[in-house]
Amino acid sequence: MNISLFLSMTAEACPDRQALTCDGKTYTYGQLFNAAKAAAVTFRESGCEYVALLDTSSPAIPITLFGAALAGIPYVPLNYRLAREQLDELFARIDPAYLVVDGEIADQWSKSARSCVTRQQFLSDTLSASEMAFEASEDPSAIAVQLFTSGTTGAPKAAILRNEHLVSYILGSIEFMSADEDDATLVSVPPYHIAGISAIMSSIYACRRIVQLPNFSPEEWISLCTGEAVTNVFVVPTMLTRIVQYIDESGMDVSHLGRLDAIAYGGGKMPLPVIESALADFPEVAFTNAYGLTETSSTITVLSPEDHRTAMASNDPGVRARLGSVGRPLPAVEIEIRDEDGQPLKPNVPGEIFVRGPQVSGEYRERSAILADGWFPTRDAGHLDEEGYLFLSGRADDVIVRGGENISPAEIEDLLMANPAVVDCAAVAMPSEEWGEAVALAIQIRDGAELDEDQIRLTIREKLRSSRVPEVIRFVDELPYNETGKLLRRVVKEWFS
Amino acid sequence: MSNIKPGQKLASSVCSTEVMVIKAPTAGLLCCGGVEMVAAGSEPASGEKDDALMGGCQIGKRYVNEDQSLEVLCVKAGEGSLSVDGAALTIKEANKIPSTD
Repeated sequence: MNISLFLSMTAEACPDRQALTCDGKTYTYGQLFNAAKAAAVTFRESGCEYVALLDTSSPAIPITLFGAALAGIPYVPLNYRLAREQLDELFARIDPAYLVVDGEIADQWSKSARSCVTRQQFLSDTLSASEMAFEASEDPSAIAVQLFTSGTTGAPKAAILRNEHLVSYILGSIEFMSADEDDATLVSVPPYHIAGISAIMSSIYACRRIVQLPNFSPEEWISLCTGEAVTNVFVVPTMLTRIVQYIDESGMDVSHLGRLDAIAYGGGKMPLPVIESALADFPEVAFTNAYGLTETSSTITVLSPEDHRTAMASNDPGVRARLGSVGRPLPAVEIEIRDEDGQPLKPNVPGEIFVRGPQVSGEYRERSAILADGWFPTRDAGHLDEEGYLFLSGRADDVIVRGGENISPAEIEDLLMANPAVVDCAAVAMPSEEWGEAVALAIQIRDGAELDEDQIRLTIREKLRSSRVPEVIRFVDELPYNETGKLLRRVVKEWFS
Repeated sequence: MSNIKPGQKLASSVCSTEVMVIKAPTAGLLCCGGVEMVAAGSEPASGEKDDALMGGCQIGKRYVNEDQSLEVLCVKAGEGSLSVDGAALTIKEANKIPSTD
């Protein structure tokens, strides 16, 4: 069992079909598979123990990913936006590595890895290699991918995904060659993000042509959607927010944006007003919300297009609320909500989200976080409703404990975000002599809108309760996010400490 | 005799079929065209193909036994059909999950 199977099967079934388009150039499954085999030979001969990629989106992604898998060497895509010092620390943890790096920055990094090649050279060598055979190593427990977590709370952890986890995920969620020949998916998430890895694997297994967008901007996204006749996209919440904003400001009619018929979103909590605007902007498009973690090989729950339509059309507040949920677990995945003592909780009671299933690795280089009973504690907080729809409320560590009462930041944030005057906000814990912790609020108000501290406090007191009223409110120009759209609560917390 | 282990890749002894074992019971003899399958890359097993068991295997389809304790993925198509301990495998129903990537 080896993830290279996804590419070897498509190359066997339809070698001449278009697999990937980047910068106007298109490659077939046959070309990519042969290049991956050539890369595998190079990786093996180098004696490296890791294959690292430091680059934006390019055809080198599938070639390095599947080349490393064929050779049985862990693949480690790195975040090119990290500072020198941070990247040096990561390189020290993957020595000896074979590094493929964007030519424009190659000079700075050529000494960081045992072997180093520019992406441009690597593509030219592997894509021109003559036809060859290569037998993949078939160890299901071999590490296929190692991803450093974003480290929003501390030093990055090295999450590992074995062949068996990724193969379980893909086979459990995608049907082989299920895409139509003229379908295309726009991949705008970076290669070092789990969503970037799963996008490559699932699109290739479904035989859906990949269109790469290396640097996201709403203009470029819309232009590629139209120009490349894109049918499917995946976006993180910040991308969808920017797309919706751009559409609203430019007044363009996108109800028929090329051939776009499916938008999947995930990778963070989507503000309800954004998804409502997006549903209005794209009435013909099927929306899917996905929730997953690096440690779970990507998606574990799905809110289907049908769920979106039912929720939008319903007058039942419980059903309508599901528009803000992340849906129900995939068939092979189990979800449970537990309290602090590890006891399972009833529907609608918030606690920590636990997950179990064959795609769940829950493992880091240093240790496995899987409990003796096989469940993985996600450290995400949330609840399930009576029909098993999962609602997220933030990280378990983000819960504000005020005088023994647990307050989820999401309660306060969701309420305020529904006010059109509010662009963005974050509720965090601040130290309090009286309560242990109290609520602090950072809020960004729309230009020209008026909303003062008293009005904010009154709204929260009336709609929630007095314990949720912030002790301190700070008006800000913007909130801090990392490059994949994760709010840096740690930074917001520091403002109030 | 048993030749099934999760994660293993097996090749037909009578045609081009190759499968990957996804899920397997503790023991069982997986055959293609009526002849036992062997680890991919090794010598085919001896035996005459059974013409009644040459319905074919389709690449990308998952095949299961009756209680679904055995599941294999066809990774290379061929003319033989699959059976375990004499019982034919059937195609597992397709996933109907919307694409999330």
